[in-house]
Amino acid sequence: MPVETAVPAPEQPGSASRSFLNRLRSGDEVAHFTTLMFATAVILIVVLLVVELYRNSAESQSKFGWAFLSSSKWDPVAGAFGALPFIYGTVFTSAVALLISVPLGLGAAIFLSELAPPRVSDALIFVIELLAAVPSVIYGLLGIFVLVPLLRDPIEPFLARTFGFLPLFQGPAYGVGFLAAGLILAIMVVPFIISLSRESLLAVPREQREAALALGATRWEATWQVVVPYARLGVIGSVFLALARALGETMAVTMVIGNAPQISFSLFASGYSIAAIVASEFTEATTNLHSSALIELGLVLFFLTIIINGLARLLVLSTQRRGTTNP
Amino acid sequence: MTLRYRTRKLTNALMFSFTGMCALVSVSVLFFILGYLVWNGGKSLNPDFFTQLPKPPGEAGGGMANALVGSAEIVLIATMIGLPVGFLGGVYLAEFGGTMFPFLVRYAADLLNGVPSIILGMFTYSLIVVPMHHFSALAGGVALSVILIPTTVRATEQFLRAVPQPLREGALALGASKWRAVSSVVVPAALRGVATGMILGIARIAGETAPLLFTSFNNRYWSTGLNQPVASMPVMIFTYAIAPYADWHRQAWAGGLVLLLFMLGTNICARLVLSRGPSWRN
Repeated sequence: MPVETAVPAPEQPGSASRSFLNRLRSGDEVAHFTTLMFATAVILIVVLLVVELYRNSAESQSKFGWAFLSSSKWDPVAGAFGALPFIYGTVFTSAVALLISVPLGLGAAIFLSELAPPRVSDALIFVIELLAAVPSVIYGLLGIFVLVPLLRDPIEPFLARTFGFLPLFQGPAYGVGFLAAGLILAIMVVPFIISLSRESLLAVPREQREAALALGATRWEATWQVVVPYARLGVIGSVFLALARALGETMAVTMVIGNAPQISFSLFASGYSIAAIVASEFTEATTNLHSSALIELGLVLFFLTIIINGLARLLVLSTQRRGTTNP
Repeated sequence: MTLRYRTRKLTNALMFSFTGMCALVSVSVLFFILGYLVWNGGKSLNPDFFTQLPKPPGEAGGGMANALVGSAEIVLIATMIGLPVGFLGGVYLAEFGGTMFPFLVRYAADLLNGVPSIILGMFTYSLIVVPMHHFSALAGGVALSVILIPTTVRATEQFLRAVPQPLREGALALGASKWRAVSSVVVPAALRGVATGMILGIARIAGETAPLLFTSFNNRYWSTGLNQPVASMPVMIFTYAIAPYADWHRQAWAGGLVLLLFMLGTNICARLVLSRGPSWRN
């Protein structure tokens, strides 16, 4: 018999050393079991979600196999379904969004953490976090009626005149398309980048800044060469989190991307994203194959976002643990 | 003063002005959105908007009364499912958990939190709409509850964990059982935080559109029961915005304004309450 069981551990209030019957009588076991059940429900939902998506896309999986991911033909009438245009649209619009939102968000985060007085910084971050709560359908509304007309008239023709030699800026300017979707997404994810990057920057120990300044660095040099590299994991994490949101964003993108299943290198061209095609065709799917192909698209998006999200959380966690000034 | 020194000073000033501009642009987006919606939606808000049913396509007038009620109905169902499950799950994580299983639960909750809401809509569709054979308010509520559960779990856990250990120990030292200590001391101490976390979660699901598209669908009339399709504000705004009728666009702006004011109102209140600090300190 091991020694530990022979010598009882010192009595601790509420610890497992109280007898099971005692705990049962006082209600502890019931409370433990009940809360455990509800906690298990969370895991069950995730399992059920994966099972349902997998099961309901079985028809499309068995018919197309891996070719589903590389085929670019989407013709519900002919029964041909390929995911490539949608994956392309999702990745392309998200890339445009990050290209705009990362410099903007990082810049704003640096201002808020390094330059702004704490009171101003707190007030501004309050407004920025409110922005994150605005429903996506409202962004879509502004996208359709404000952004798209602006793009159609002055902006896209101007870009075509100035940078028309690049394939990115060729083709007719409809307003709707990859550029509109990318811009709306950029505006939507900027608050996440600012809020999380600012926290990582604030978590950089004061001594790091002071040491750089003491060595004669200007404030910008201290920020850019010491503080930002120190917080880089958190900043990258915030970018990944923003990317995951951009990939899965549905309503705003559906309203401005133009909804055409095509692969084009031009920013002005119409496209489609995974979330957008699901939103517009799922209720109208007439054949089982059609809806199972849409569910398989959902499965692809699901795995895409959980991988990105997982990476983001790992990165954000690793800086928050290391930081000292942040509680 | 050497040239190199001056260049460095200049870079310093330039880059920090650039970051300032970034902050200014990001913050002004909210005021732009708010201003634009007030300007466009304010003109279209009238008593009819709150009391009338939608008119047939192309006909001017009418309102979104059914969508307002429908949204409330769906959110209420989601709240009734999501809050108890999320709250008790969160209590488990903060108070009863060991090491391995809570890690799994936390992981699942975070994963669920990151799943695009449209996928949760598809999930609920195959789980509830297919067996029931029609769209329903119930399905919409379940879809939104799947979003509400993980946020509630994490908020509850976070605020319960912030309760100082001596409070728990004090209760246990007085002879309270563990669940007694949790239910009469820890939870009341964290109540303000937990409740605001819940309110933020509810505000978030009230603005969700994607999961409702194929669960609660839409309805031009009053919904007659929980197992019937029902109109909701976000779906109505979406439908009206992409339709070709000018009068519907006008109403989409009005709907957007109502939704935005609701979101901002609840968020500002909840955040102000939170910023007053935890209740055991007052």
